[in-house]
Amino acid sequence: MNNLLEVNELSKQYSQGNVLARITLTAADHVSFYIKPAEIFTLAGESGCGKTTTAKVVLGFEEPTSGTILHNGKLQTPKEKVWITQGVQAIFQDPFSTFNPLRTVDRYFFETVQNLILAVNKQQAIDLIDQKLRLVGLTYQEFAGKYPNEFSGGQLQRISIARALLSNPTLLIADEPVSMVDASLRMSIVNLFKKLRDELGVSILYITHDLATAYYVSDRIAIMFRGNIVEMGTVEQVLMNPRHPYSKLLRDSIPQADPSKRWTTTVTLSELEQEEYLRRGCKFAGRCPDVMEICKGIVPADLNVDGVLVKCHLYSDKQEI
Amino acid sequence: MTGKKQPILRTEQLKAFYILEVQGTQKIVKAVNDVDLTIYENEIYGIAGESGCGKSTLLKALFNDFVPPLRLVSGKLYYRINWEKEIDVTRMSPEEMRQLRMEYISYIPQGSMSALNPVLKLKETYKDFIGSHLGSQSREEIFELAYKQILALGLPKNILDLYPHQLSGGMRQRVTIALASLLKPRIMIGDEPTTALDVVVQRGVIQMLRTIQENFKNTIILVTHDMGVHANIADRIGIMYAGKIVEEGTTEQIFGNPLHPYTQFLINSLPKFGDKNVRHSVPGSPPSLADLPTGCPFHPRCPHALEICTQQMPGFSYPDENHKVACWLIGEGKHEQSA
Repeated sequence: MNNLLEVNELSKQYSQGNVLARITLTAADHVSFYIKPAEIFTLAGESGCGKTTTAKVVLGFEEPTSGTILHNGKLQTPKEKVWITQGVQAIFQDPFSTFNPLRTVDRYFFETVQNLILAVNKQQAIDLIDQKLRLVGLTYQEFAGKYPNEFSGGQLQRISIARALLSNPTLLIADEPVSMVDASLRMSIVNLFKKLRDELGVSILYITHDLATAYYVSDRIAIMFRGNIVEMGTVEQVLMNPRHPYSKLLRDSIPQADPSKRWTTTVTLSELEQEEYLRRGCKFAGRCPDVMEICKGIVPADLNVDGVLVKCHLYSDKQEI
Repeated sequence: MTGKKQPILRTEQLKAFYILEVQGTQKIVKAVNDVDLTIYENEIYGIAGESGCGKSTLLKALFNDFVPPLRLVSGKLYYRINWEKEIDVTRMSPEEMRQLRMEYISYIPQGSMSALNPVLKLKETYKDFIGSHLGSQSREEIFELAYKQILALGLPKNILDLYPHQLSGGMRQRVTIALASLLKPRIMIGDEPTTALDVVVQRGVIQMLRTIQENFKNTIILVTHDMGVHANIADRIGIMYAGKIVEEGTTEQIFGNPLHPYTQFLINSLPKFGDKNVRHSVPGSPPSLADLPTGCPFHPRCPHALEICTQQMPGFSYPDENHKVACWLIGEGKHEQSA
């Protein structure tokens, strides 16, 4: 089967500072991954690891510094944004700032229908909107003419998913879709993603720092750290048996809802983000519990450890990918 | 937990409402509705609930910070200051209360960006803070005190010479916690102190809170909606729904034997590693505190709702020592406490 989305060696650099003291930060550093049809792929990592930058480049909001993106085998260029918006839709983090508080929510739906010419008259448009809203557990009646403040955060997030579904996309890019939603209502969004994958065959690029929901919902996962993918494989392999020291740290730092599993060890936190970005060699070397001399100078290669991509010198006896 | 503990903070049928007048009509938001809490010395008490359940307002009320439109409608709030007898602080003058704040009871805000003055270096913030509480001390003495505490908490040494925007979110949050604990208060109140942080940083902040509590043997009241955080740090947990505490118990009781249907939903909706079974979130959405349903406020979302649930709020039943729950399914409870 063809890959729905292929990202090859994608890099994005940002410059900071003035002419005299300029530093270049590589927010995404040779990132490569692919997404198959009807698959949920998670990009996980902490803030400042480059996951949102990657999403922005894939959506065409930012130009990549180098690397290529293929949608369904076709190369993405700036001129061809139309077919991108037809097939790829985005869901953002904060449902309250997605919608203008002074406009009724249904106007966004009618605008999308108009812009993409999805219906020929108003009744057809309403039918289409109602059909999409029912997918997320709402109806046109309870939503028409209302302002964003009349909905709860969870409802608004489901509404923005319904809006994204209007053009029958094949790929949804969801950037931290549940981090602003109450923990008690998160599962309604995450279960919806499962339903979309299983019933409509939609693929989802799920960007999150919440590894527990990532484990619950996704098929494959990539852990990012300071612009690099440090581990990538199926969720079972990566999250149940993490191999990279950073994945281990991330996995152990999720607070478990079980008082018998309290943390007993302590963690060291990074002092400055920038320092880690500019580090030569492995970017995790400053905090890694298993750090070796080689880590401080040489960037580790992508190694194949039992079918999982791991970017770490600890596994240097394994094959390169 | 050892021996018999002394309560340090106690409320009696505390009611704090937001009373708004919009174009001649009165709107009452019942954010804290009949809350009885007893919080002991040397414990971490967690308050959990969805957003909009009144947990932040409860913290404001516990901090005795009633700024209109928030008003104390009825009930009492007692602090036990210096291990003496309990004092009803709602009758205190603002000046007396100001003395207590930060020295006896302190507050850790959620948004650490807006808590620190962005145009002052952190040492100036420290100076303002110490100067207003410890009276006239020389600059050197103040900085020495600040410096000692920063080293003790494992923060970087040069931090006092930086501006807040130069710090990462986690570092800023740790500085606000350091400030809140500087005068060794007996009670520290934290309003979602870890919510906006990354998991690894969150772990660092929780680690710091725990260290402070172990060193000072004081009380921390922690509000967060993340049950994982509660499981990790709290000794006892109160579950709040629509302005009321609906269940309270030790952490082991709440996670091992949740009795209220709402608590069960909160705990069972959390995904776990190694378990891909389908999980459901709490059905429906939280009620508006300005327009509460009759009877038990959870009944419209409760799958086990009985006839009586729609009419009367249950009182507390005590299924076990330290464990109390307000639900008709568990028992009738004591009605003199219910609204």
